[in-house]
Amino acid sequence: MTFEYAPAPESKAIVSIKPKYGHFINGSFVAGKKHFPTINPATEEILSHISLGGASDVDKAVMAAQKAYTKTWSKLSGKERGKYLYRIARILQERAREFAVLETLDNGKPIRETRDIDIPLVAAHFFYHAGWADKLDYAGLGHSPKAYGVAGQIIPWNFPLLMLAWKVAPALATGNTVVLKPAETTSLTALLFAEVCQQAELPDGVVNIVTGDGSTGAAIVNHPGIHKIAFTGSTDVGKKIARAIASTEKKATLELGGKGANIVFDDAPIDETVEGIVNGIFFNQGHVCCAGSRLIVQESVAEEVIEKLKVRMAKIRVGDPLDKNTDLGAINSKEQLVKIKELSAIGDAEGAERWSPQCNLSSKGFWFAPTIFTGVTQANRIAQEEIFGPVLSVLTFRTPQEAIDKANNTPFGLSAGIWSEKGSRIFWASQHLKAGVIWANTFNKFDPASPFGGYKESGWGREGGKHGLAAYLKTGKETGAK
Amino acid sequence: MSFYGLVDGSEKSLITFLDQLSGVDQVGAEARAAMLATRSIKTSSKKWAIETAISMVDLTTLEGADTPGKVRALCSKAVRPDPTDPTVPSVGAVCVYNDMVKIARTHLDSIGGEHVPVAAVSTAFPSGRASMEVKIQDTQDAINAGAAEIDMVIDRGAFLAGKYGVVFDEIVKIREVCGDKAHLKVIFETGELVTYDNVRKASYLAMLAGADFIKTSTGKVAPAATPPVVLVMLEAVRDFYGMTQRRIGVKPAGGIRTTKDAIKQLVLVNETAGPEWLTPELFRIGASALLNDLLMQRMKMSDGYYASPNYVTID
Repeated sequence: MTFEYAPAPESKAIVSIKPKYGHFINGSFVAGKKHFPTINPATEEILSHISLGGASDVDKAVMAAQKAYTKTWSKLSGKERGKYLYRIARILQERAREFAVLETLDNGKPIRETRDIDIPLVAAHFFYHAGWADKLDYAGLGHSPKAYGVAGQIIPWNFPLLMLAWKVAPALATGNTVVLKPAETTSLTALLFAEVCQQAELPDGVVNIVTGDGSTGAAIVNHPGIHKIAFTGSTDVGKKIARAIASTEKKATLELGGKGANIVFDDAPIDETVEGIVNGIFFNQGHVCCAGSRLIVQESVAEEVIEKLKVRMAKIRVGDPLDKNTDLGAINSKEQLVKIKELSAIGDAEGAERWSPQCNLSSKGFWFAPTIFTGVTQANRIAQEEIFGPVLSVLTFRTPQEAIDKANNTPFGLSAGIWSEKGSRIFWASQHLKAGVIWANTFNKFDPASPFGGYKESGWGREGGKHGLAAYLKTGKETGAK
Repeated sequence: MSFYGLVDGSEKSLITFLDQLSGVDQVGAEARAAMLATRSIKTSSKKWAIETAISMVDLTTLEGADTPGKVRALCSKAVRPDPTDPTVPSVGAVCVYNDMVKIARTHLDSIGGEHVPVAAVSTAFPSGRASMEVKIQDTQDAINAGAAEIDMVIDRGAFLAGKYGVVFDEIVKIREVCGDKAHLKVIFETGELVTYDNVRKASYLAMLAGADFIKTSTGKVAPAATPPVVLVMLEAVRDFYGMTQRRIGVKPAGGIRTTKDAIKQLVLVNETAGPEWLTPELFRIGASALLNDLLMQRMKMSDGYYASPNYVTID
């Protein structure tokens, strides 16, 4: 007897995608000059054409944002700003299905994740920050913290709308206006969000969205009218931004790469640990900066953990992202697929042992089977470099101190996981791990109330929670107060 | 004595064995079960799941008010759940109290239901509070009356007091009484064991002692067969198969009332223990009201609309 799940695709009928999009500047859509195609990475079908924003588009957007800041947004009370944020949050909830389908089409991630994780978290971020808008005086940041003015925000393709929410919600709550650039391959949900801003009757120019590539992002970073940069993306680009804004008064938060260590002690709850390992590295095709991409497992249980992990990996359903039963969707772009393949080939060449379950991958679109490498050491590139795909490197340790040493032996420091049933060990390990986010007996859990960000080359500053607010506010003497 | 070469039956060996089992993280187990509950089972797979679930139902009546007439009606329903459609399979078994076994067996045989086994609840069901002599006699009576399956309850008091040897010995003795005449299902009453760690321990105790099936609940205590409890039991039978090459069955009972609930259970089986367990020999669902919902959903799939409840027989 077999229990085959019949296809259960979510309907595409709920979204209407225009053949061509412009930028969203000063409350309306304005035509772009040059366009580039955006595709569905699961089928390679062209979904639409996106405008390539140039310096003049960015300039118009910054002007609009400045004007909106001076004329309207900075004059509104926190309570009034909060009303807009609540309104946006409610509209996002009402249109959740539409956003989920569009995100899945444009990004390639499974509908189960956009429906159950991305979009609910997006709404949660707006609700959470809406609540802060009129309480900033009580956020522990001193008396009357002040907005910076115009925030330039550049976001990645892995969680397109969620990263927009992480950026836009705190910026607006704290009284800043925004010029945002979505990632080149995933602009569609940001453009739909622009419609939500219109629907919410957000004052013109408070949110401006300029689409484009790296050159568009550079124009935002270098524009003199920008007061604060918020960037999520690669460490390489993050370093370029840091150089570009050096010796300017621009503030920045940078959320960059990672090589998260998922540490499994011998007293871990093994079945749930295996789930956590799967969730740590195969969630969102491993396109997660805080992914648990290094499994560091105690040698005495390594065999059992790896055996169970393989059994579990064989159950991962890879395929049509719109199918409600899909666990692992498409790789976001051809470029990313090439990177994943290259680093995996290096893993082979370095002598690590590669294993993947049998998967029937479609010949159209960009796909990579869930993969683990065993027998990996610290000296392997796949233990050091961010792969940003569904590829797990497995290392072992003998003593708790060795686990910590290995976990910290990386230029990154974004996330880590600890699996143990012993509370004291969890506290000890979390005190010694150099990572901005540490999960105990779980992984990849997000909450708008919890600050997120990295140590070392994983970034500057925090997003979310009270700490995230501080990144958008002048405090103390910065405000001009004596 | 050796039980699968894993324990010698002494309390010390049992404790040693149970102590080396890994713990269950409550949050993680519940998250996994909740994720699997989002599986969308449609069209051909739903049809297959409904048919399979019908064949796995242990159609149950366990009331003080049970009468010979009520039990005979249940047997008729068990053999032909939908009298208008002979393609609907018979259920997995009829489950009754000890004194109703003979009535059930005789009636099943007289209506062409020889293939439907009678399961008897036993060992002072549902509390299990009786002497061992009484429990043995209870079981022997049921087998003499024609029960092919014995659903015994464990002594939860002994389990919670840490007297694993007592629980184990009882199961071993009842297993001996069953011999090759009856399959043994061991009921934990997970609503009284409460923690998933206890569910895992009880699963191994029962399997080591010779259970053919492990069963969640009596149906008299809530919560009963919740998805995470069943998940933990399915992990136990999967891993026990890895140790012994023997497949033990699982029977959730209590609280599974709708087709949706039943399909969630089948998804849990499919993605935890594996498709080998998707047979009435290894998976049963203890239920009464569930059968009619399965029949109504089956009719809806073939006719395209929901019929009045009067198109399915109440018993």
